Amino acid sequence: MANSARPLAPGAWALSSGLAALVLGTALVLALHADTFTLRPAEWAALTFTLKQAALSAILSTLIAIPVARALARRQFPGQAAMIVLMGAPFLLPVVVAVIGILSVYGRNGIVNQLLGLIGLPPFSIFGLHGVVLTNVFFDLPLATRMILNGWFAIPAERFRLAETLNLGPSGIRRHLEYPMLREVLPGALTVVFLLCLTSFVVSLTFGGGPKATTLELAIYQALRFDFDLGRAALLAGMQFLICAIAVTVAGRLTLPANLGSGHDRPQTIRIPGRKPLILDTFFIVATALFLILPLTMVLKDGLPALPGLSAALWQSALRSLLMALTSASIATAGALALTLATARNAQGSRLIEIAAMLPMAASGLVLGTGLFVLIHPFVPPESLALPVTVLVNAALALPFLYRLILPEARALHLTYDCLCTTLNLRGISKMRLITLPRLARPLGLGAGIAAALSMGDLGVIALFAGDHNATLPLMIQRLAGAYRMQDAAAAALLLVVLSFALFWACDQGGRRAAP
Amino acid sequence: MLGSPISIPARRKMERPMKTIHLALAFFATASMACAEVPVLKVLTYDSFAAEWGPGPAIEKGFEATCACDLQYVIAGDGAAVLARLKLEGTTSDTDVVVGLDTSLTENASKTNLFAPHGLTLANDLPVPFSDPDFIPFDWGWFAFVYDKTKLASPPKSFKELAASNLKIVIEDPRSSTPGLGLLMWVKAAYPTDSATIWHDLADNIVTVTPSWDQAYGLFLKGEADMVLSYTTSPAYHLIAEKDDTKAAAPFEEGHYMQVEVAGLLASSHHPDLARTFLTYLGSDAAQTTLPTTNWMYPAKTPTAGLPKGFETLIKPMKSLLFSPSEAEANRQSAVEEWQTALAR
Repeated sequence: MANSARPLAPGAWALSSGLAALVLGTALVLALHADTFTLRPAEWAALTFTLKQAALSAILSTLIAIPVARALARRQFPGQAAMIVLMGAPFLLPVVVAVIGILSVYGRNGIVNQLLGLIGLPPFSIFGLHGVVLTNVFFDLPLATRMILNGWFAIPAERFRLAETLNLGPSGIRRHLEYPMLREVLPGALTVVFLLCLTSFVVSLTFGGGPKATTLELAIYQALRFDFDLGRAALLAGMQFLICAIAVTVAGRLTLPANLGSGHDRPQTIRIPGRKPLILDTFFIVATALFLILPLTMVLKDGLPALPGLSAALWQSALRSLLMALTSASIATAGALALTLATARNAQGSRLIEIAAMLPMAASGLVLGTGLFVLIHPFVPPESLALPVTVLVNAALALPFLYRLILPEARALHLTYDCLCTTLNLRGISKMRLITLPRLARPLGLGAGIAAALSMGDLGVIALFAGDHNATLPLMIQRLAGAYRMQDAAAAALLLVVLSFALFWACDQGGRRAAP
Repeated sequence: MLGSPISIPARRKMERPMKTIHLALAFFATASMACAEVPVLKVLTYDSFAAEWGPGPAIEKGFEATCACDLQYVIAGDGAAVLARLKLEGTTSDTDVVVGLDTSLTENASKTNLFAPHGLTLANDLPVPFSDPDFIPFDWGWFAFVYDKTKLASPPKSFKELAASNLKIVIEDPRSSTPGLGLLMWVKAAYPTDSATIWHDLADNIVTVTPSWDQAYGLFLKGEADMVLSYTTSPAYHLIAEKDDTKAAAPFEEGHYMQVEVAGLLASSHHPDLARTFLTYLGSDAAQTTLPTTNWMYPAKTPTAGLPKGFETLIKPMKSLLFSPSEAEANRQSAVEEWQTALAR
C-alpha cells in the first residue's frame, strides 16, 4: 500500500514517548536512588510462579471465551444484551471485593461446598494454584469474551450470507470466516489477560495458600515496604517490563490481519442448523452466566445491609472517585484513539508504539507511585497533587486495554475505508466525524467504560499520595476494612461496584448506540 | 537541617511569619490571616489512625484546643508505609512528628538518623519495661489467635497443640504486613532454636497467607478458617461496637508476643518544642482514653478512669514476649527465610 511507508504522526510519537517515560522513567528514578542491585533466589522462584499462573490463566480464559463468544454471537435469547453488559462486571470488581464473592461460592462455607456436602462428597478447597487460576478466569474470561465477541461482530453480515449462498456449512464458515478472525483477535486477547495476571499479587497470595505463590509484584512490595531496597524493586520492575515487551512482540508476530472486507452494516444472523450446536451454545451461555452471576450476587447480599448507614465522608469520596474516573477515561480514550489510528496503518515504528502502549500493563502501581513520589516530593507536598497525578496515572494504566480493543477495528477501518476516503477527499475533522468515530464507536465505548471503571477501582497510586481529605472510594474501603469495619467495607464495596458498573454501562451502551 | 546539602523547599517560606505586616495593619487583619500565622504541626501516621473512626480526629481536636496551632495529618498506608515514606523524603521531609511505627521497625527507623531524641520522661504501664531515646510508646497489644466460641469449644493452648490439631488458621504475610512479621517474632521468641520445626508442623494448618491484616480477618469472619492471627483486643471490638460476644482470643502457654506502637520526633522539624508538647499530649490521660475504642489496642498508660467496660473480659497473658528493636531487626531476614522454606514444602 502506498501510504504504509508514510512515517507516523509526530503526535503519536510524543504520546507514546510520554507513556514510556512515565512507566520506565519511574523505575529508572528508583534505580538512580539505589545503592545495590541484587536479586535473591526467592525472586527467581517468584518469576517462575508469576509466569506459570499468568500463562495458565490467559490460556484458560481465552480458550473458554471462544465458544462463549461464538454462542453469544450466533444465538438470540431474552436477556442477551444484559448478559453482554454483565460480561464487563467481574473485570471491574476491586480485587478484595471479588475475593469475597469468590469465597462465598467456592469457600469452605460456600455454595459449592454446601452442595457437595448435601450429596455426601468431600469438601473442595479453593486454596492452591487452581484457586488462583479460577479467580483469574473469573476476572478475565468476560474481558476475553468481549474482545472476541467484538471480532465476531466485525465480520460483515454479507460474508455470512455469502457463505450460506455458497452452502459452505459450519466447517466452511469456520475455515473462511471465523478462523481468520480469531487469528487476528486471539493473540491480542491472550496478551491482555496474560499481562493482567502478571502484576496481580492479592489474588495469587490470597488463594495461592502461602509463600510458594509469590509473584514479582509481591516481591516488589516487599522490597519497597520492608527492605527499602530501591535497586531490587527497580530490577524486578525491569523484569516485568521485559516480559511485557516479549509478550507484545510475540503476539504481534502471531497476529494476521483478517481483512474480511466491508459490508453494509446489516444485522448479523448466523444460521447454524442442528441440535448439537444448540445444546453446546446453551451450555456455554448458562454455565458462564452462573459462573459470573453467583459471586456477584453474593457481593450484593453482603453489602446491602450496611449501605444506608454509610457516612457523609464516604459519599463524598464516592463523588470524588466518580469525577476522577470520568476525567481519566476521557484522557485515556482520546490517547488510545490517537495511538491506534497511527499504528493501524502499519507505518514504520508501529511495533515500538505498540510496545509503549502496552507497557503500562506491566507497570507495578507501587513502583509508579514511588517513582512519582520521589520526583514530585522536592517541589510540592505530594498530597496536594494526589488527584491530578492519580487521574493521569489511571489514564495511562487504562490505555493498553483501549488500545487492544480499538486496534483490530482500526486496522479493518484502515483497510476498508482509507482508499474510499482518499478518493472522496474526505480528511481531517470530517473524516473523523463521518467515518472514524462512528465506525469505532463500539470499541471506543467499551474501552471508555473499562477505563472509567478501572480508574474507579484503582488503589495503586492514590494510596501513596492521598492526604487526610482527598481519599477515593477504594481507599476508604481499605481504611474501613483495616479498622474492623467489615460490614461498612462490604457496603462501600457494593457502592463502588454499582457506580463502576453504571459508568461502564453508560459508556458501553453509548458506544453501541452510536455505532452504525 | 543536620548539615543537609538539600536546601529548604520554597514552600516553607510561606509558613514563616509574615514579617511585612505592620502592627497597624494587623489591627485590620481578618480571622483567616490570623490563622495563617498559626504554626502547622504535621503528623505522619497510618490511615486507620487518622480515619474518622480512628483516634486521630479526637486527638487533633484535643491538642488544638490548647496548642494555638494547626495539627495536620499526613497519611501513609500502614506502619511499614510510614517508614518507607520517611526514607523517601529523607531530610527534606516537612513532617514534624511520626505516629505509628512499631518495635519491629524502630531499629530500622533509628538507623536513618532522621529522628531526634525526644528527651521526655513519660510513665507507661507496659507489661515489659520499655524506654527508647527516640520513641515513646502510645499503645500496645498482644498478638493472639482469635476464634469463634460458638464454633470452637476447646481452642489450642499452645503453638504445639495448634500444630498437632486439624484446625485451620489464616495468617498475614511477614513480607507485607506488620502482624505477619509479629507472628514470626512470636514463634522465634517462644522457640528460639526450634522455630523452623514449629513452622514445619504448622504448615498444614495454614489455609492461606494474606497480604494484609484486614484480608486475613475478613477470611476468618467469612468462615474460611477456625482462627486468625490478630490481637487479644480484637474480641473487644465485636463486644463493644457490635454487641457480639462470640469472639475470643486463645491464651498460649508459650506467652504472647507484643506489638508496641510508638511515636517520635523528626530532627528536621521546624517546631521541635511544639512536637514535644504533642508527644506529651499523646501520652496524656485525654489522648490515652480515646485509644482503646478507636485503635482497639491497650493505651500505653492506663487512664485514671480505667479501661472501657468490656476490656475486662479479654484474656490477660501471663507471659509477655518482646525482642528489643535491635534483636527484632537482626532476626527479621533470617526468620522470613526460615518461614518461606518451611511453608514452601
